[in-house]
Amino acid sequence: MSIETLDSGLNQPPHPRSETSFGVPIPAFIAPEGTEAPGQYPFTRGIFPTGYRSKLWTFRQYSGFGSAEETNERYKFLLDNGTTGLSVALDLPTQCGYDPDDVMSLGEVGKVGVSMFSLTEAETVFRDLDLSRISTSFTINGTAAIIYAMYVAVADKQGVPREKLTGTIQNDILKEYVARGTWIFPVRPSMRLIADTILFSNKETPRFNPISIAGAHVRDAGCSAVEEMAYTLANGLAYVDELLRHGADANSFAKRLSFFFYVHMDLFEEVAKFRAGRRIWARLMKERYGITDEKAQMFRFGVVCGGSSLTGVQPYNNIARVSIETMAAVMGGAQSIFTCAYDEAFQIPTEFSAEIALRTQQIIAHESGVGKSVDPLGGSHYVEWLTDKTEEEILKVMASLDTYGGVEKAIEDGYLQMRIAEAALARKRKKDSGETVVVGENYFAHQDSSAVDYGEVFKSDPTTEARIRERLMTLRKTRDQAKVASALAALEAAARTPAVNVMSSLVECCHAYATVGEMVTTLKDCWGEFAEPVRL
Amino acid sequence: MSKLHGKRIVIAKPGLDGHDVGAKIISLTLRDAGADVIYTGLRKTPDYIARVAIDEGADALGLSILSGSHNALVAATMDALRRLGGTDIKVFLGGTIPAEDHQGLKDLGIAAIYTAEMKLNDVVSSLAEKLG
Repeated sequence: MSIETLDSGLNQPPHPRSETSFGVPIPAFIAPEGTEAPGQYPFTRGIFPTGYRSKLWTFRQYSGFGSAEETNERYKFLLDNGTTGLSVALDLPTQCGYDPDDVMSLGEVGKVGVSMFSLTEAETVFRDLDLSRISTSFTINGTAAIIYAMYVAVADKQGVPREKLTGTIQNDILKEYVARGTWIFPVRPSMRLIADTILFSNKETPRFNPISIAGAHVRDAGCSAVEEMAYTLANGLAYVDELLRHGADANSFAKRLSFFFYVHMDLFEEVAKFRAGRRIWARLMKERYGITDEKAQMFRFGVVCGGSSLTGVQPYNNIARVSIETMAAVMGGAQSIFTCAYDEAFQIPTEFSAEIALRTQQIIAHESGVGKSVDPLGGSHYVEWLTDKTEEEILKVMASLDTYGGVEKAIEDGYLQMRIAEAALARKRKKDSGETVVVGENYFAHQDSSAVDYGEVFKSDPTTEARIRERLMTLRKTRDQAKVASALAALEAAARTPAVNVMSSLVECCHAYATVGEMVTTLKDCWGEFAEPVRL
Repeated sequence: MSKLHGKRIVIAKPGLDGHDVGAKIISLTLRDAGADVIYTGLRKTPDYIARVAIDEGADALGLSILSGSHNALVAATMDALRRLGGTDIKVFLGGTIPAEDHQGLKDLGIAAIYTAEMKLNDVVSSLAEKLG
């Protein structure tokens, strides 16, 4: 499908109507006398009293592949078609801190995302995009501080004031040790680096979210909705404690903490998970940390719909799955939603499948009417009961982690990693035995497997890796080496001094066109590398 | 279940892909089936993996790759096994491997490809049969 054949997104639909189809006005929310209303502590029913009536969620589609030019083209396409926030996928060498020509990068350059090995690539990715007007989310953790520094440097170069930048870096290293695997440094220096990014961001880019504490990956790896929320909240508390150790003001930084989850298929359980999470977080912020500013007690979150709930068998069935999950996210009160394409289980989405994923959100937002009243399931006997039970179970899992000695210890010992592996094995066995139903796969499977239609297949360009390496070679030959060396020396000095925030040095390294690999190597020399506890 | 009793199997994660759940599920399953399992952990180079498989006297080596970099990493691992003297080790592959790549990977010497949809019991039976 070519870009020209798609309708333009310029014709914006009206906001969700505030009346029924038969003309009766609908209140923004319905809360009988004496019951908790949306926008009211502890925010079980949502953080805003007007919900999606005043502001729809952000439609955030994850994209980015191959070279910077290809990614820039895809972003222009998505923005022209109604995407309201970009979400940048980076390749594994960028995520793990290796340059494209490193021996560790073999076969991985430009594969699962775009290579952003230096400011040259970031400038290309965001060429002709006005950073003061778009919100950009980066799924980046091990090298989050560096990629964020690069984004700030692009804004500097475009002449966009830093305070206008909006977006998010995931920057949640704790779950990387447990489930996603893009760790670089040991736990302690990693926690310092995260505190540095948050404190720098609060000051320099106050509208930017410097962390998105993510449960998504442990969920996708195998654990339950309860464990997903429990581990994520526990990680959130670890970051709060770290920031307090740096002398930061919780009433201020807690406003910029945000969360990120998967939505799987059990609609009511998912809604209950989000309602319980909002309530637990607000209470912890108020009671444990004495936070008085309500905005700093609010639990804001984005979601992914799809992930491991999608199948490679009969992939078109995934469109139905993603629709149900998106409904759950909306009724749970998500601030931003990413919908997986139906082919995401086995390939990088094509423009065709990516468009259906976006249209799914638009249909729910503009045709279904679910956004007409806040927390539409609030007061349902079942959902309120389920919310209470979910909360109880989440608190139990959090208490067991405390008993173990906290998340940092559980990670360094490999305990949490083992828990996830066991949960994953149990989930797989349930699917194998037929206890968990997956339509089209373990039940109602197609008799003739040759009839399975996988749809159009995305072809990655086999020359991408070589082209990216070529760009790196050119950069190494043309940049000012003395400037690079002095910027890296300044970074090293900052890294060796715990009281100094390393962010300014990282931004300077980016401006000097130092590579991600060079910055990471400098930091490894100071801080060492994480030793993965391999425990089975 | 001890279909794999006495077999030594190395499970490895080549490249930078951090999705290790599949590798761990398979490691635990093969151990339950009686095999001695050695899991390498994340981010290992093809040379390192080949060296471990040879030093451990492995009957089989399982590679788990979900990042789409399987063609390059499998070729490099098979090459390392040849160079270091491990051609008698049977090599299996798991992860996100598109059907169109299967033949090419088998041509490189991969004995079997196991994807996420396969039942664990079937994976064990297939391995037991191929390892004799």
